[in-house]
Amino acid sequence: MSATGLGASVKRKEDIRFITGKGRYVDDINRPGQAHAYFLRSPHAHATIDKIDASAALASPGVAAVFTGQDIADDKLGGLICGWMIHSKDGSPMKAGAHPVLAQGKVRYVGDHVAVVIADTLSQARDAAEKIVVDYGVLPAVADPAKAVGGPNIHDAAPDNTVYNWHLGDKAATDAAFASAAHVTKLDLVNNRLIPNPMEPRAAVGDYDSGTDTITLYTTSQNPHVARLVLSAFIGLAPEHKFRVIAPDVGGGFGSKIFIYAEETVCAWAARKIDRPVKWTSDRTEAFLSDAHGRDHVTHAEVALDAAGKVTGLRVHTIANMGAYLSTFASSVPTYLYATLLSGQYNIPAIYAEVDAVYTTTAPVDAYRGAGRPEASFVVERLIEMAARETGRDPAEFRRQNFITQFPHQTPVIMAYDIGNFAGALDKALEHADYKGLPARKAASAAKGKLRGAGFSAFIEACGIAPSAAVGSLGAGVGLWESAEVRVNPIGTVEILTGSHSHGQSHETTFAQLVSERLGISIDNVSIVHGDTDKVQMGMGTYGSRSGAVGMSAISKALDKIEAKAKKVAGHVLEAAESDIEFKDGKFTVKGTDKAIDFASVALQAYVAHKFNGQELEPGLKESAFWDPTNFTFPAGVHICEVEIDPDTGIVTVERYTAVDDFGKLINPMVVHGQVHGGIAQGIGQALMEGAKYDEDGQLVTASYMDYTMPRADSLPSFTVDTIETACPSNPLGIKGCGEAGAIASPPAVINAITDALGHEDIAMPATPVAVWRAAQKRPRLAAE
Amino acid sequence: MHAFEYAAPASVADAAAALANEDAKVLAGGQTLLPTMKQRLAAPSVLVDLRKIDGLSGISREGDALVIGAMTRHADVAASKVVQDAIPGLAALAALIGDPAVRHRGTIGGSLANNDPAADYPAAALALGATIVTNKREIAAGDFFKGLFETALEDGEIITKVKFPLPEKSAYEKFRNPASRYAMVGVFVAKTKAGVRVAVTGAGSSGVFRHAAMEAALAGNFSPAAIAGVKTDASGLLSDLHGDADYRAHLVGVMARRAVEAAA
Ligand SMILES: Cc1cc2nc3c(=O)[nH]c(=O)nc-3n(C[C@H](O)[C@H](O)[C@H](O)COP(=O)(O)OP(=O)(O)OC[C@H]3O[C@@H](n4cnc5c(N)ncnc54)[C@H](O)[C@@H]3O)c2cc1C
Repeated sequence: MSATGLGASVKRKEDIRFITGKGRYVDDINRPGQAHAYFLRSPHAHATIDKIDASAALASPGVAAVFTGQDIADDKLGGLICGWMIHSKDGSPMKAGAHPVLAQGKVRYVGDHVAVVIADTLSQARDAAEKIVVDYGVLPAVADPAKAVGGPNIHDAAPDNTVYNWHLGDKAATDAAFASAAHVTKLDLVNNRLIPNPMEPRAAVGDYDSGTDTITLYTTSQNPHVARLVLSAFIGLAPEHKFRVIAPDVGGGFGSKIFIYAEETVCAWAARKIDRPVKWTSDRTEAFLSDAHGRDHVTHAEVALDAAGKVTGLRVHTIANMGAYLSTFASSVPTYLYATLLSGQYNIPAIYAEVDAVYTTTAPVDAYRGAGRPEASFVVERLIEMAARETGRDPAEFRRQNFITQFPHQTPVIMAYDIGNFAGALDKALEHADYKGLPARKAASAAKGKLRGAGFSAFIEACGIAPSAAVGSLGAGVGLWESAEVRVNPIGTVEILTGSHSHGQSHETTFAQLVSERLGISIDNVSIVHGDTDKVQMGMGTYGSRSGAVGMSAISKALDKIEAKAKKVAGHVLEAAESDIEFKDGKFTVKGTDKAIDFASVALQAYVAHKFNGQELEPGLKESAFWDPTNFTFPAGVHICEVEIDPDTGIVTVERYTAVDDFGKLINPMVVHGQVHGGIAQGIGQALMEGAKYDEDGQLVTASYMDYTMPRADSLPSFTVDTIETACPSNPLGIKGCGEAGAIASPPAVINAITDALGHEDIAMPATPVAVWRAAQKRPRLAAE
Repeated sequence: MHAFEYAAPASVADAAAALANEDAKVLAGGQTLLPTMKQRLAAPSVLVDLRKIDGLSGISREGDALVIGAMTRHADVAASKVVQDAIPGLAALAALIGDPAVRHRGTIGGSLANNDPAADYPAAALALGATIVTNKREIAAGDFFKGLFETALEDGEIITKVKFPLPEKSAYEKFRNPASRYAMVGVFVAKTKAGVRVAVTGAGSSGVFRHAAMEAALAGNFSPAAIAGVKTDASGLLSDLHGDADYRAHLVGVMARRAVEAAA
């Protein structure tokens, strides 16, 4: 292993730029003559728009334009789309209501876009927006997904607010397993609604060049090419060759910047309309109200065991909140990203899942770090832990008894696990967590009047999304391959153009490590180019922990081609047969001789081309590749959380947190640990603190940090993070992906620890102090009391 | 934020004159006022910044009292050796306000004038029997706090300093709101020459209040056991997302016992 090659914990190249304030984010971009957009948002959760009078706003100082849904309709701009078709049990397609860029006739959540005011300054735009008079006909709201059916109808296209009633698995076989079960464990749970809160809020600058009739959109996107595709092909903003999308430095996304939103659409469209750059930066309140939220499931789940403790069946019914409109990938999250993981790490012969997706008068819900898989692991790992407790089995050994041990393994819910070593992770986790010492630590806590408990989570997820043919057959509107181009410059430096997009994932470092390893050059001689549709031809972007497994595989494939071409060049220069050229450590040598040439010299020769004659060999050293995976990848691991509860206050302290994960081969262990740390922090946030709350009127109660609790550094212990390795067989690098694992694994580990400490299962997420205090009153009396 | 004028007078008298403008407002650390203005919930015509006025900040021992200038920042109170020696509970309280950025800007005068029902300083002022000194008069803490965000301050009146009589023993225990980290329940207990006083912030639906039953119980026996059985009436307490009135009532007991234990 070289100092900067694969497997080395190389310090992040991008950090110097970021920590010295030299990052260039969308809000840092200002175009000459730019105007500012302010969105007038609905104060009501559900209302008809009877009239909009913008005359006073138009006359307000500095105002360039005021646009409403009518202007968008007049321009025949399409609505925002949901790119994944789901069919209901009865075969009917999902019932998607229209999602106009600016509201037309009706608003459907607090924060919905009623109008946009564009003015010389943001302050002027805001002042003018206060002068717009809107007559609303207020309608009843419904925020709770369990109450959506039978609630006020939100879209004409979706009677009873139902988008689809979907199912997966074999119902008859599952019912049979339950009919003959020795024990059934049942659980009702809510997977709490989360607000993503990336550090950088969303932003957009639309810039129109009337000379070339070209729009440039700077936007906070995880996938600028998908944004261009959707805005071009579906919304009809401009054809792709007249439309450039740039996502420069982006400060975190967690899924929320995958989607195509109204604001960037309007900025791009309005820039052409008024022939002036138009800028919008979300403030924090707008982010709370209008970024796509995550999770929000209400679930009933059951698991069946035989007398020996073997899991024989699992059935789940979930109501999934879609919010007021179907966001870009919303429909896939509670279906193919969720129910397909309900087998967990276990050999379960029969599984049946039903999912009802409903509209409510809340912000749209879509993929958020883990997307469907955290919801699945929460169901499975809560159920498994409870089943062990109810049948008097040790939760670790009960898991081990039911682990899948033979690979490949076909689950009853589509996924075919390629490889894994679940018991290996469990053993290591038990050791790191000092599970044997738990009884003594529980006694020590009890002596202080505290309650201590430990909880497991043996999670699995499917990432590296995804094989295009497979997702296509499941309803995806696009294939999920990735592209790469390797440009070797004449002096031997390398530019990697990738369709992946880094917004916290460290690509500038890890991708360069791959090049360093393969070409034997320093990572300082490699730059990673991403996030610009004029530079990178096409790509699918970053989400679903796909940039390593899919994005780097594409780079690897392109590097294969570079190596092949470079060997030809070296052969020419060294006057040897191409088949006699060997490439190692950045040097081309003629087999069995001391004739050699280094990589940089080959690059130069490729461009000066003095030694090529005519058509025999093309000059240049540049190759591209598309990589389409053949399977998902399956990161898995065992997390053990240990908590202490102060029963007087209900405060839960995470005392120990152990994570042992199998991500396949690691490119940069330090970066992997960082991703795991962040994911665990978010998962602990979900378990203990975070939860979006709407009131009866559909007002978002948790619309600021005064009420929405984020995890902070001092809420977390030092984590023990370790890995085991089974190399992924479906990509050349053997990597699985690590970006979401922490957030997928940790919520059930935390809640299982709390329920262990409490001695009963009755606690929901977020387990806030007041909730835990109440739950602690209910606990069975301790022997000591 | 709406447009406003800005004045930075050099004396309290000039500041008072500037405040004669309609809708003029004092600007101290800006940690409450500026966010409110950014959200367009406040739109003062003139901001009268007190920062340039000499003598408004500083900490000193004057006989049996600790005197803190109105413009003294939370971080300075927290770090002050004088405060730590004289009233350790007060230094500890200041260290629990907000985050480092807030503590390096926010001031004691601003906090008292604002009288947020979840603010920390009001509990200390009330329990310690502080005197709030303004450009016009001296106001006893017991007469100063008048409900949610309401005080005895008249229009244009400026707090210049706060005088805290030294207690025999005192301590503050704070249960932080999980999201904002303001006080959800904060209890300041003080054993003073005038008797035992227990002030509760964060919990009351009309702001900071004294807990008579606990004061009575502690008068004869300043120990956690003395208040173990004292109940807090939940009827006047706040209920919100983070805890209902019953929970707050319970926490008042827990925080009070812990504060007495820390002070004793
Ligand atoms: C993120 C955050 C967290 C916080 N957490 C806490 C917390 O945990 N506990 C807590 O107690 N507080 C907290 N605060 C509030 C903080 O302590 C403020 O500093 C304080 O409430 C106001 O003080 P200021 O000096 O910033 O006043 P400003 O914001 O400048 O003014 C506040 C009000 O007081 C008036 N005023 C200011 N000074 C005077 C004066 N000398 N005479 C008359 N009127 C005056 C102003 O006109 C204004 O109406 C927090 C604030 C923030 C932003």
